Amino acid sequence: MSESLATVSYLGATILFILCLGGLSNQETSRRGNLYGIIGMTIAVLATVFGPRVGTAGYAWLIGAMAVGGTIGIYAARTVQMTQMPELVALMHSMVGLAAMLVGFANYIDPVASAGMTGAEHAIHEIEIYVGILIGAITFSGSVIAFGKLSGKISGNPMLLPARHWINLTGLLIVIYFGREFLHAGSISDGMMPLVVMTVVALLFGIHMVMAIGGADMPVVVSMLNSYSGWAAAATGFMLSNDLLIVTGALVGSSGAILSYIMCAAMNRHFISVIAGGFGTTGGTPAAAGGAQPAGEVVPISATETSELLREAKNVIIVPGYGMAVAQAQHTVYEITRFLRDKGVNVRFGIHPVAGRMPGHMNVLLAEAKVPYDIVYEMDELNDDFPQTDVAMIIGANDIVNPGAQDDPTSPIAGMPVLEVWKAKTSIVMKRSMASGYAGVDNPLFYKDNNRMLFGDAKKMLDEVLVALKV
Amino acid sequence: MSLTIGVPRETAAGEKRVATVPEVVEKLIKLGFTVRVESGAGDSANMSDDAYRAAGAEVVEGAASLWSSSDVIFKVRGPSADEVGLLREGCTLVSFIWPAQNPDLLQQLAARKVTVLAIDSLPRTLSRAQKMDALTSQAGVAGYRAVIEAANAFGRFFNGQITAAGKVPPAKVFIAGAGVAGLSAIGTAANLGAIVRANDTRAEVADQVVSLGGEFVKVDYEEEGSGGGGYAKVMSEGFQKAQRDMYAKQAREVDIIITTALIPGKPAPRLITADMVRSMKAGSVIVDMAAEQGGNCELTEPGQAVVKHGVTIIGYTDLVSRLARQSSTLYSSNLFRLAEELCKTKDGIIDVNMEDEAIRGLTVIKEGNVTWPPPAPKLSAAPAAAPAAAQPVVATKKSHGHGKASEPASVSSMAILFGVAAVVFWFIGASAPEKFLNHFTVFILACFVGYMVVWNVKPALHTPLMSVTNAISSIIAIGALVQIAPPIDAGISRPEDWIRWLAIGAIVLATINMFGGFAVTQRMLAMFRK
Repeated sequence: MSESLATVSYLGATILFILCLGGLSNQETSRRGNLYGIIGMTIAVLATVFGPRVGTAGYAWLIGAMAVGGTIGIYAARTVQMTQMPELVALMHSMVGLAAMLVGFANYIDPVASAGMTGAEHAIHEIEIYVGILIGAITFSGSVIAFGKLSGKISGNPMLLPARHWINLTGLLIVIYFGREFLHAGSISDGMMPLVVMTVVALLFGIHMVMAIGGADMPVVVSMLNSYSGWAAAATGFMLSNDLLIVTGALVGSSGAILSYIMCAAMNRHFISVIAGGFGTTGGTPAAAGGAQPAGEVVPISATETSELLREAKNVIIVPGYGMAVAQAQHTVYEITRFLRDKGVNVRFGIHPVAGRMPGHMNVLLAEAKVPYDIVYEMDELNDDFPQTDVAMIIGANDIVNPGAQDDPTSPIAGMPVLEVWKAKTSIVMKRSMASGYAGVDNPLFYKDNNRMLFGDAKKMLDEVLVALKV
Repeated sequence: MSLTIGVPRETAAGEKRVATVPEVVEKLIKLGFTVRVESGAGDSANMSDDAYRAAGAEVVEGAASLWSSSDVIFKVRGPSADEVGLLREGCTLVSFIWPAQNPDLLQQLAARKVTVLAIDSLPRTLSRAQKMDALTSQAGVAGYRAVIEAANAFGRFFNGQITAAGKVPPAKVFIAGAGVAGLSAIGTAANLGAIVRANDTRAEVADQVVSLGGEFVKVDYEEEGSGGGGYAKVMSEGFQKAQRDMYAKQAREVDIIITTALIPGKPAPRLITADMVRSMKAGSVIVDMAAEQGGNCELTEPGQAVVKHGVTIIGYTDLVSRLARQSSTLYSSNLFRLAEELCKTKDGIIDVNMEDEAIRGLTVIKEGNVTWPPPAPKLSAAPAAAPAAAQPVVATKKSHGHGKASEPASVSSMAILFGVAAVVFWFIGASAPEKFLNHFTVFILACFVGYMVVWNVKPALHTPLMSVTNAISSIIAIGALVQIAPPIDAGISRPEDWIRWLAIGAIVLATINMFGGFAVTQRMLAMFRK
């Protein structure tokens, strides 16, 4: 295959990738979109393998490597549970990051890659390698920590070192200093030392950054790492002068950046403050103490009473949160939904953008439980309908339904858009205990007259509600 | 030593309620109390002595032995002179007292050295106290019963019907005063299918009227009628004239009028004049729920149902007793909640804690000392201030775009952004070689394409978006593929093994991602169905 043919194939792959992302604009076209992605990837890989830059000597190696990787990948995809999607995605980000690092090192020690380059061209190539490895390393270690936090192997609480911002700044200065050293290195072996030091610093920085971020900010972190993995690919593309890598990396990078932006907007917070970490411990506590403590009484309710309320309702909105994922309650939720819908009750789902641990997490869980997607609505789509709603059921969510965000300017989450469940005739909050949510803010919703609390494990309580409904 | 709660038979004429029902007896026993019930106490409310015995109460013959052996008395009506005489020193009485209207009774009770909790003196604006609010629960029953009485006296259907022979119009009901009783009447009448209109001097109840299926009729005059503590106040002369005009108009139009207007400590306002009654259609019904306080209608005869000018005017003062079983159940639930508050230790000992705002308000006599009226409750001012505070926050609520780009940034921040971009671009253009610039062009354009495409992605598909972008970013495999065995110019020495193993590692990682990402996306997308 000639160089031109390979380039045209890359162009085709680029178009297919764009169509792939475009296909996700709705559920109907999304499967076709994924197919475009697969075709694009196949074309890109084949064009490379049979292209002018891979000699026949490498075939055995690369086929072996791809067979191993492919087998592991498909096995993982088949066995993963939908509640574990955030972990899987984080783990996959780490692989892109590590791959970018490895490619960067391989490229650096390969004299062929920089052969014939002079002056500015050579310097830019070196910078590309340096930056590529830097981003790859941060993505890798950050994603590994995110994976640990999401899977519960590491505590979800933010770990706050003293003077953590200074530590980060020092890291940045070290990276810049060694970048200068690296550029001035005379030979490959001379440059190796600064490159390795930078890699270690970048790895530590990635760990530190994600360690300082708490559980409920994970949607931002996961989408940010998604973005980084794209930029890592783009940096590798610059390094190898490969436009396909650049375009694909840029697509993925901007996608992740937009997701991060949406998640931040949904919490009414700035990206910087999320990444700086420590929410709910530094700014939150004094404000919560100073603000008005909610007055009133928490009224508990039993599963049987819940089922009676549901049976008599005409309009029901279910608001799921991370608690539903933890309790694996989505299937029971669907059973209840189906039962009520058969009886003519209008049951809908209201999804807050940051519900769960990654963007769209709740939608996937509900889809897995066979909940039809046309009754699953975004916050903005049904927030005005709560006054006409008889029962709003909140399953394992807290901060996203906190009325304090709207009417208490001193609340740490003031201004965050929330689902206005308290406007429903009755709201039922399913919760393990009275503990406050991630933001450490007491929720005035619990003390409202029309709110009832159904305490206990979400799955167990919903099973009881279902049994009581069917009586 | 746990205390004994005594439940005497009500002695007031026409009073059919009982202060504690068998279900609540069980709950009180769980709190640690012993419960004694006077024989026949629940008869009028269809609750037999056997039912009380089955619930665990001790049934006592005769009022005297019950009163003398009880530490706490649960009653509905305030005690009669005889009953005051039966009270044992040091015991506690819980009942309606109306201390403002009955100062003599208060003095007599104080002389007996007892503690008296007047359930009517509960601070109603305290949300914690709502479960104990017997005024509300009883008024709700009365409102319901008023509609039932009206329906009974009214010669037509409430709901409109289309029959084979023709159309029956729905009844039109006007309810004056949308307090608890009024709201209950609105809901009941609306449920029966009538067209319901209602009015209240407090404009803020309009939403509640509408939510129960009624229509709020405004008086054409500007004045706020909230008198604090959730009650209405006396209105100005101009307002009253406008109100009279409105009532006169309603009287001509509607079939049924239910009046619930009461002002605490004052005679009931006269809303319906004799002229208005005359203007009503024959067969219409007026239920005057304020009959006991003199009546809202000029022609009301308290305790009676009379027909005047072809209009049935019902002035029953015992609406609550006419639904004795229901009202007793609700009242005794209120008393049970009070018992819970008094006995937080659940050991059958009550503690009249004067630090507790709700209990403080209830307690009109503490161990022989009159403690009524209580100091003004602190919370009353809050409802008026709250809406004002809520406004600004709602205004700043951001709408962020799904499927559309965010709102335009301000001019100054755009100018800064363009300025910074111009400097960066100039720097790159001045120093970078042409080859780099080609890639850079592609990169920037791709960022914009990605930006446009991704804004169109549905939020519901964000997780598949992440997994598919993940799969796509494994395009990095190409970077490894080109390194594994490139065609080499002779003469360049290359650390083959190192590069090969690094590249193989990268290929394995990237293909895990590639296959895994696409496969899991496919699996997820297949789950989305209608």
